[in-house]
Amino acid sequence: MASQKRIAKELSECMANPPAGMRVSLANDADVHKWHIVLEGPPNTPYVGGTFGLVIVLPPEYPFKAPVVTFATRIYHPNVTNDTPGKICLGLLKTENWKPSFKIQTVLQAVRGLLVEPQPDDPLEARIADEFRSDRKEFEKNARQYVTQYAKGPVKFDKKLTSTAGDAAATPGASSS
Amino acid sequence: MDSEDDFMSAVSSGDDVHLDDSDNDDMSGADDFDFDDEPDPDLGMPKDIMQKKRVAYDISFKVFQPSDIQKQQDDLINEVNLILDISKEEAAILLRYFRWNKERLIEDYMDKSRQVLDAAGLAHTTTSLPKLEVIPGFVCDICCEDGEGLQSFAIKCGHRYCVDCYRHYLSQKIREEGEAARIQCPADGCSLIIDARSLDLLVTPELTERYHALLNRTYVEDKDNLKWCPAPDCQNAIECGVKKKDLDKVVPTVSCLCSHRFCFGCILSDHQPAPCNLVKRWLKKCADDSETANWISANTKECPKCNSTIEKNGGCNHMTCRKCRHEFCWMCMGPWSEHGTSWYNCNRFEERSGTEARDAQAKSRVSLERYLHYYNRYANHEQSARLDQDIYHKTEKKMVQLQRESGMSWIEVQYLNSASQALQTCRQTLMWTYAFAFYLARNNLTEIFEDNQKDLEMAVEALSEMFEKPVTELADPKLKVVIMDKTSYCSKRRVILLEDTAQNLAEGRWTFNVDLTGSGSNDGPSTTR
Ligand SMILES: [Zn+2]
Ligand SMILES: [Zn+2]
Ligand SMILES: [Zn+2]
Ligand SMILES: [Zn+2]
Ligand SMILES: [Zn+2]
Ligand SMILES: [Zn+2]
Repeated sequence: MASQKRIAKELSECMANPPAGMRVSLANDADVHKWHIVLEGPPNTPYVGGTFGLVIVLPPEYPFKAPVVTFATRIYHPNVTNDTPGKICLGLLKTENWKPSFKIQTVLQAVRGLLVEPQPDDPLEARIADEFRSDRKEFEKNARQYVTQYAKGPVKFDKKLTSTAGDAAATPGASSS
Repeated sequence: MDSEDDFMSAVSSGDDVHLDDSDNDDMSGADDFDFDDEPDPDLGMPKDIMQKKRVAYDISFKVFQPSDIQKQQDDLINEVNLILDISKEEAAILLRYFRWNKERLIEDYMDKSRQVLDAAGLAHTTTSLPKLEVIPGFVCDICCEDGEGLQSFAIKCGHRYCVDCYRHYLSQKIREEGEAARIQCPADGCSLIIDARSLDLLVTPELTERYHALLNRTYVEDKDNLKWCPAPDCQNAIECGVKKKDLDKVVPTVSCLCSHRFCFGCILSDHQPAPCNLVKRWLKKCADDSETANWISANTKECPKCNSTIEKNGGCNHMTCRKCRHEFCWMCMGPWSEHGTSWYNCNRFEERSGTEARDAQAKSRVSLERYLHYYNRYANHEQSARLDQDIYHKTEKKMVQLQRESGMSWIEVQYLNSASQALQTCRQTLMWTYAFAFYLARNNLTEIFEDNQKDLEMAVEALSEMFEKPVTELADPKLKVVIMDKTSYCSKRRVILLEDTAQNLAEGRWTFNVDLTGSGSNDGPSTTR
């Protein structure tokens, strides 16, 4: 498929010249459609000092369809669901906004931008968005507490959660343990 | 009482209490759904009963079928074609570009035709027709291919991609996202719309039909007074003049030829008497509080007297315990014997006196109880409407059987169809009266509203009870007359309630305990009073 060439090019660019505060690798070397990103919490945000895992899954139709980006590390943020994997609400990943000329670099920068500047008007966690708007101190305290609890030390990419396009948790049997 | 009309007309359209006008319900007359300008049919009935007088909740609308929609577009295209002396194809492109605003198009075109043609991608004097090009050294930024002889394409902005990527991009937009008239250049940050001629060049034959169907859709989607009927597989569009800003004054319920009834304001199913903003707010609240409220909508409850488990399997709320024969109301769990009496208020939430709810915790509890009171009834009617439908489907089968055995005609059993439809429509209304009541602040009008609600509720429960009788009893001609009477009574009560609520809404006489004009902030149980 034609997308292979494009993905290979993007991957080598991202590995050679990663976006600020990030490391890029493949989840496993045999599959260029699954990337693991380690993201350092940006300075001057409550996330500083934390290390966050991001999983990027490129659909077979990439780049005509947007990649699926999830947080492997729990994060306290209005635009990321408060669970694992944390789903992200990012305008440029929405079907109607995605364009095949967008690069993963662009996406990664947008995710990082979201940590620097949360978008409480387009929330996935309404309660956290409310808190962000009305009580910034409390929000920052909670965000930092999550960093201490979940985002210290090396990132653990849960095999189960990243083995398929993000719906492994929904398969029957996965819930028994 | 055995003409076809008597059986067929009763509630074929939910609002229709005028039992004698089925002759006028000629559904083929799609162009004229506006009853206002119809002459009164004179069937020798007293005028005050017969008159098709505009009731407060009745708004005017028209239903358009696909052929009507096509014709309207063709007419506009022909008109512009004649006035501006341009080809029909160009007229269509320009009209789409101007979102079918013919007047603005003509005005702008007369003024500055060059710019208009340019903007719509029709500037044939400045650029030649769109074409594929092979450019030496070209690398496609999407697929990273750079082969020799790679065909590429760009619209006026010059953002060039290989033809495969361009086609892939377009088919993604057309086939999967349903876009056609406003597809942007694929380049990051470029918002130039791909013009129709470029699309004609690039869209592959297997997509052209879909592409043209989508272009047709823009006609409806671009007009504020037109909306597609949301029923699955329905191709009709509804025209209605109610504006967004009117939605706090009117609940614009329309009904399509496919019989689907929906709100023109928000496209949700008929939610009279509650205005759109209230509905939006209520649904959000129910979703937010679903866990708290879930246990209520369960299908089983315990008998308030002997505690044995009782399962609800019909729409009727009059329950009889199989074990102890205790009769009670499924909604309030109070004794059924008191429900028919004038002083019993199953529908009204009794506000406690302020002294009882002094501290925050008690206030929060009262507020939650209040919410549960209304949610309970809302959810019950929703559930009952579903169960009534089940029952009807079961009954329908038996009616077929009965027809065969007793020799009754299909027409003669249609009264059950009418009863079933009346139950559905009335329960739908009742359901929303509880959401309405939840946000209603008490004033001198609330009592009338609650009385109307109670009367409708009693009428519906009475009919529902009849409706659940075994088929052998239903075949009794006497019971048939009773059911028909109760059916029309239900519909009448519904009209009375809707007229009252709609009139007061139009005149701004209701007071709500939340601000329904804004976008609606959170109102959890603890913050609502
Ligand atoms: Zn290409
Ligand atoms: Zn462009
Ligand atoms: Zn329809
Ligand atoms: Zn509505
Ligand atoms: Zn009992
Ligand atoms: Zn009751």
